[in-house]
Amino acid sequence: MLLRSVLHRSVLHRSAVLRSALLRYVLRRLAIAAGLLLGSTLVGFALVQAVPGDPVAANLSDQALGDPAAVAAFRAKWGLDRPLPMQYLAYLGNLLQGDLGTSQQTGRPVLADLLDHVPATIELVLPAIVLSVVLGTAIGMYAALRQGRAGDQAVRVGALLGLSTPQFWLSVLALYLFFYVLGVSPNGGRLSPQFSPPPRVTGMYSLDALLAGQLDVAWDAVQHIALPVLVLSVVTTATLVRFVRSAILEVLRKDYIAAAYAKGLPARTVLLRHLLRAGLVQIITMTSLAFASMLAGTVLVESVFSWPGVGEYAYASASALDRPAILGVCLFVAAVYIVVNLAVDLLYGVADPRIRLT
Amino acid sequence: MRRPLVLIALSVLGAWLLLAVLAGVVSPYDPLAQSADTYAPPSAAHWFGTDELGRDVLSRVVHGARLSIPLALAVVVLALLLGGLLGLIAGYVGRAVDEVIMRLTDLVFAFPQIILAMAVTAAFGPSPANAVLALVIVSWPVYARVIRGAVLGIRGENYLGIARMLGVGPITVLRRDVVPNSVGPAVVLATLELGNAVLLLAGLSFLGLGPRPPAAEWGAMIALGAADISKWWVSVFPGLAILTVVLACNILGDAIRDRFDVGHR
Repeated sequence: MLLRSVLHRSVLHRSAVLRSALLRYVLRRLAIAAGLLLGSTLVGFALVQAVPGDPVAANLSDQALGDPAAVAAFRAKWGLDRPLPMQYLAYLGNLLQGDLGTSQQTGRPVLADLLDHVPATIELVLPAIVLSVVLGTAIGMYAALRQGRAGDQAVRVGALLGLSTPQFWLSVLALYLFFYVLGVSPNGGRLSPQFSPPPRVTGMYSLDALLAGQLDVAWDAVQHIALPVLVLSVVTTATLVRFVRSAILEVLRKDYIAAAYAKGLPARTVLLRHLLRAGLVQIITMTSLAFASMLAGTVLVESVFSWPGVGEYAYASASALDRPAILGVCLFVAAVYIVVNLAVDLLYGVADPRIRLT
Repeated sequence: MRRPLVLIALSVLGAWLLLAVLAGVVSPYDPLAQSADTYAPPSAAHWFGTDELGRDVLSRVVHGARLSIPLALAVVVLALLLGGLLGLIAGYVGRAVDEVIMRLTDLVFAFPQIILAMAVTAAFGPSPANAVLALVIVSWPVYARVIRGAVLGIRGENYLGIARMLGVGPITVLRRDVVPNSVGPAVVLATLELGNAVLLLAGLSFLGLGPRPPAAEWGAMIALGAADISKWWVSVFPGLAILTVVLACNILGDAIRDRFDVGHR
């Protein structure tokens, strides 16, 4: 009886310790993410300061520059007549209110512009991430299990090839081949001209069309998505294949795999029960790797496909040297990236208790 | 990676270096000379065809090597110097200095590289020099971390303590003992990063933030080709140039990494 209560108490105690470890882990990650977010605003502010010449001229469109009231309002809002630290506080205050500045090209708030472009990007990035994670896992596992043989060599060279291909070039090639030569793909954009966008629910045309029961529109949207998703997936898949291959090779060297084989388990069982399970935590890593690769990729890919997403907005702002918009995109993407990394870290903590202790 | 592949990669890089040096001699036309013969497909007179201003694509691709390769080398060398110096200071001085420098590397890692590079170039104004500066700013942290790790690894070694006891000044200790014993992994890393630098540079130019037109830069040439995809030769050849250079760099980098076992982020 005594023993049992002692045992019981020690179990309770242990779970409390674990819980507090988890809590500490979560709080630490939150603090790090908050620090990075604050740091990224410093980077943004430094870049605003780095712009040569008059900040008013660099940020306002020509039309607004001719209007003394607009110039005065801009100076007051960003605290341009105050010392630098106060300017930073004004900048931070504006950011906290969601004010990333005004685009010179569209004359609209950068954040509003960005939010308009987000659904189109999600519509590309989500399927591309799923495709790359599935392909990356399958191909990477295949290569690892045939280490050193012809299949492995082919995969390694293929993965290097994928990593070495400029994505914007691949986009041009894909359009040339599938639209111009074969005629099986539309020439960029989100929908063919004969269709109008479905009623907005999620902002993703394919999904919204399905929700509205417009099957023909949904099918047309999917056809428009296919090519950019493929291009985005090539580079990401190549990254993931290399990652999965080396991760699996590491697990294959572990004693428990040798033990599983030694006790006569069939290869299939070892593969599914031991190998894949050991790799589950890695899937989280892969998704975040894929996500990072996509964020960079969309900037280079979307514009070729006339895809009105965040990447195309970044491209348009860059080629027009629309500085408020470029800096806004940069901060926005960094914020998304930091939040995703935070989510990934937290998932790790839940999936693998050992990580909480670090 | 197999030996023949490494040899092929080395010869591809060698060939590109040679082309870059001899660009003025081997290219059949002036890369900037316009002609009435616009959008001519590949032919005996123009092996790679001509672009929308009638410029010879082959000559432009060859001259592109003169821009891309030195600029990418500059990025890698400058990032190695800057990152190396900061990593050295962080590892050797330690404490608050270390903390500040390492938090800076975290901060740079919080941005996707091409996007931060885009913002930096845009802020300073688009030019080749600023593109290089931007890429140095986004790529120094890897070197800083590697050098810092190496310095931490040798900080407790006896020879450093003895040198200090003998009255050797800290700068001399750094120069004579710390640097030679910690720089190896970072130099290996630099070869790994060369291909990445070529790709990022081409990406910036594609965005219109690299060398300005009419300069013959590979990324910018692809951007021109993207305007009319039916004229495939305008973008296919500069793209192949990037692909071959980057692939060769990556094959070499992989071989070197297998040999020296250097971590990569």
